Amino acid sequence: MPRTWVVIPLFNEGSVIRDVVTEVRRTFPHVVCIDDGSSDDSAAEAEAAGAVVLRHPINLGQGAALQTGFDYALSDPAMTEVVTFDADGQHQVADAAGMVEKLRAEGLDVVIGSRFLDERTEVARLRRMVLKTAALYTRWTSGMALTDAHNGLRVIDRGLLSKVRITQNRMAHASELVDKIGALQAKWAEYPTHIIYSDYSKAKGQSLLNSVNILFELIFR
Amino acid sequence: MIPVPILVFQIAAVVAVIVIAFFVLRGGGARHQAIRRILLVLFVIGAAISVFFPNLLTWLANLVGIGRGTDLLLYILVIAFLGFAATTYRRSRQLEDQITELARRIALLGGEQPLADSPAKQPAKSPAKSPAKARKRTG
Repeated sequence: MPRTWVVIPLFNEGSVIRDVVTEVRRTFPHVVCIDDGSSDDSAAEAEAAGAVVLRHPINLGQGAALQTGFDYALSDPAMTEVVTFDADGQHQVADAAGMVEKLRAEGLDVVIGSRFLDERTEVARLRRMVLKTAALYTRWTSGMALTDAHNGLRVIDRGLLSKVRITQNRMAHASELVDKIGALQAKWAEYPTHIIYSDYSKAKGQSLLNSVNILFELIFR
Repeated sequence: MIPVPILVFQIAAVVAVIVIAFFVLRGGGARHQAIRRILLVLFVIGAAISVFFPNLLTWLANLVGIGRGTDLLLYILVIAFLGFAATTYRRSRQLEDQITELARRIALLGGEQPLADSPAKQPAKSPAKSPAKARKRTG
């Protein structure tokens, strides 16, 4: 019996996380939230919605939270794959379900979401430009022709998961993950995902200037 | 003005020193630490000597194609600072990795262990948000 664990890094999303976890658990009952030192009631809200909550005693960053979630998922011998999912509700559970299906049906190691494969997601022009440049950079470093390098929705098979380890604590983990997948020559595919930029997620989302930090962290690792 | 060949040589020297600082002095290790300390002692001795014999520094500067001793001092300072920034950056990355590993262990110890045959966790029966929470949000 295959078992999917949904890994959700959590940092100060107290107002939405309960709904997000509840929605996810209708399809995927096994959800682990990694509370990355939130100062609000995120952890309690996630727990109330039925997620397993791991608490980082201090804020480390999204990359570190993901790896903690991966370690936890790997400690469950029944786990067959993990889904990485954003806490702010910008991802669609239906997309995640479709990605898991694709992974199993085609025997892939990893399925990566892309908001640029269809026209559903509306991306502001500047953001589109930065994301496209990031995808190009990733293509250059990893050899993987991705259309979207910084999509938080991914499905990773257990075998691959046990071989990769995220060392980039902050946002550079997305590129790092792709680089490692490329280096391991894993079987990968993209999947069209719909990202909803609500006012909430826009307010919480990362500033485009952060791409400078990401580049710096990738070069001087 | 400095002749072009000498300028090129100087730029190459600066780049070389930065690269050396980054790759040789990076990381911990007793040997690297010893090298750093020897360099520091040499720098202190050099600085002390230059106070008593200012012309010595100018002589040394002229030797490598730099006009004044103070300029040489400035260049050395810049290189030393860049080396310091590089080694400090590496050191803090190492510390961060260690702290991450520590925090991760704590987080994993605090969580319940998943059991292969356990049913999915049921949501707690508390749909209403507690008043304490509302207070926290406004406060």
